[in-house]
Amino acid sequence: MPKPKNKQTDPPRYPLRYLARASLPALLDSLRAAGYRCIGPQLKEGAVVYAELDTVEQLPRGVHDQQSPGEYRTQASEDERYFAWANGPQAIKPWLFAPRESLWQVARDEHGRLRFRETSPQVTPLAVIGARACDLAALRLQDQHFLHGAHPDPYYQARRESLFIVAVQCSHTAATCFCASTGDGPRAERDFDLALSELNAGYVVETGSQRGASVLAALPLAAATAAQRDAARQQSERAARLQTRALPGRNLRDVLFANLEHPRWDEVAARCLSCGNCTSVCPTCFCHAESEQPALDGAHSEHVREWDSCFTQGHSYIHGLTIRAETRTRYRQWLTHKLGSWHEQYGRSGCVGCGRCMTWCPVGIDITEEASAICGEGT
Amino acid sequence: MKPKIAVHKFSSCDGCQLAFLNAGEQLLTLSELVDIVHFVEAGPVAPDEQVDIAFVEGSITTPHDVERIQRIRSQSHYLITIGACATAGGVQALRNLVDGQQWINAVYASPQYIASLATSTPIAAHVKVDLELWGCPVNTRQVMAAVRALLFGVVPEIRRDSVCMECKREGNVCVLVAKGQPCMGPVTQTGCGALCPHFGRDCYACYGPAENINTPALVNRFAGLGLLPEEIARRFLTINNAAPAFVDAARSVQP
Ligand code: SF4
Ligand code: SF4
Repeated sequence: MPKPKNKQTDPPRYPLRYLARASLPALLDSLRAAGYRCIGPQLKEGAVVYAELDTVEQLPRGVHDQQSPGEYRTQASEDERYFAWANGPQAIKPWLFAPRESLWQVARDEHGRLRFRETSPQVTPLAVIGARACDLAALRLQDQHFLHGAHPDPYYQARRESLFIVAVQCSHTAATCFCASTGDGPRAERDFDLALSELNAGYVVETGSQRGASVLAALPLAAATAAQRDAARQQSERAARLQTRALPGRNLRDVLFANLEHPRWDEVAARCLSCGNCTSVCPTCFCHAESEQPALDGAHSEHVREWDSCFTQGHSYIHGLTIRAETRTRYRQWLTHKLGSWHEQYGRSGCVGCGRCMTWCPVGIDITEEASAICGEGT
Repeated sequence: MKPKIAVHKFSSCDGCQLAFLNAGEQLLTLSELVDIVHFVEAGPVAPDEQVDIAFVEGSITTPHDVERIQRIRSQSHYLITIGACATAGGVQALRNLVDGQQWINAVYASPQYIASLATSTPIAAHVKVDLELWGCPVNTRQVMAAVRALLFGVVPEIRRDSVCMECKREGNVCVLVAKGQPCMGPVTQTGCGALCPHFGRDCYACYGPAENINTPALVNRFAGLGLLPEEIARRFLTINNAAPAFVDAARSVQP
């Protein structure tokens, strides 16, 4: 087996394999045998969401999605494929950066003294099946935020380290996708353990790690034929070609900060609900609030962290003052941070082109359109 | 001496008082921490006693209510409203928008026995209110958190974020985006745990307006979903009918 030269940028080269669709259950079995709880896409409440996956029958077979700003619909079809859709409201984020969790507990002992107790994260190793290239790009950014700073987050870290990723190469593009313009997709090139390209009767399987290779060891695989490899490549290329949206540039930092008084901020604020849906579905957004939740008797208390948003009042409240009291400055904060100051903070933009913020915005505000209006086309 | 608590009722359905009565073990804890001196639905009756915290359910709808709330205010250190009626007029505040006397004449055989005001108004329209707990009904978590904070001597924290924030934390699929339902979540204050969307239906705003809301944008969106002006107005006027932000939104589509 060839050794990886550099794990980050040059993944080890394993041969491409082929798994017949009928053998997909064997992949789940193998993951379970390796100790993973499987999480996979399923059709629930009208959307493809990630949930506990016991059998392949739960996968959204034949489901297609249609997305536009503010609207998401699925259609059933006779298609045998399980992954013939672009994405749903969640990426991997909720599985690693929990929407709500307790960070510590404090209780009074018999002398009335406060005793603090860490809550250690309860972790069962997870295998996520169906992650897309944009989800992996977002994962790298969340890793950078939660793990690579001075104080790695132990909760995120415990879950991240045991995460097994079965990526799926996109074959379908939603009208809201623009990962090609951010350089994050539609092909996943790294940071997966396995990656599947779904063809009519099975999967071309790429191996991205030693763990991936061992999960494959027990599976009935064949070598991928040239025709299968071509079909897989062509459908990725097609998915890229079909993207119609784009951000006006990869680095909009300077132009955004030069346009802090642009009239478009008022215009978008007139449409924006300040509801925070965009930041909640964004796979890279990491803002949170912490609060104390004492028991009624006052004897103990829980310190809880939960997802917050730059669109809430509390998020900019400091010492009696709400810094961003109206929507104009909240929306501006979101866009100038996401597409602007992320460059200073993390060396790239915070947008991976998944389109979730526009699909799941109740009033369909389109980040590519707003960025273009403020920065000018083709900046 | 333990702090004293009273629970008073005005025009309401009594549902908010269940936030205490259905609290289970917490009700026992509460009764150890405080003296519940007046709470008719639970037993104790002492309406004129001086208390540290008075919880007030219901809206002001009769001449007698107007006097009684003044008395309660003067004998209470903190006055906390519980629920949509006390905080925003309640369902019964629909009459503020029409000729209420006409309704009384239409409904009652002997309308001369009905002594009610032309309007149903929130407690804050009559006396100073220290804290407003929204919801129809309020839940146990809200009332107990308020008591706990006051016992600690701190200001109770009330989040006024949109229901959407909680809905996403709960992992619900957005019913507006995925099903085209006219969900009020984006303009409604959090606190219920995104209960309705969790069961696949649209929020009907029982927790009242969130902070910094943009009702014209949601009105537009509802129109885009095909709702008629009167249907849009009804989304805003159901529960919190004296909440100015909701009344204005309804009037903007149906003057
Ligand atoms: S900003 Fe929008 S398109 Fe970009 S990563 Fe976040 S949700 Fe996806
Ligand atoms: S951009 Fe859309 S999703 Fe984001 S806060 Fe505004 S209305 Fe809500």
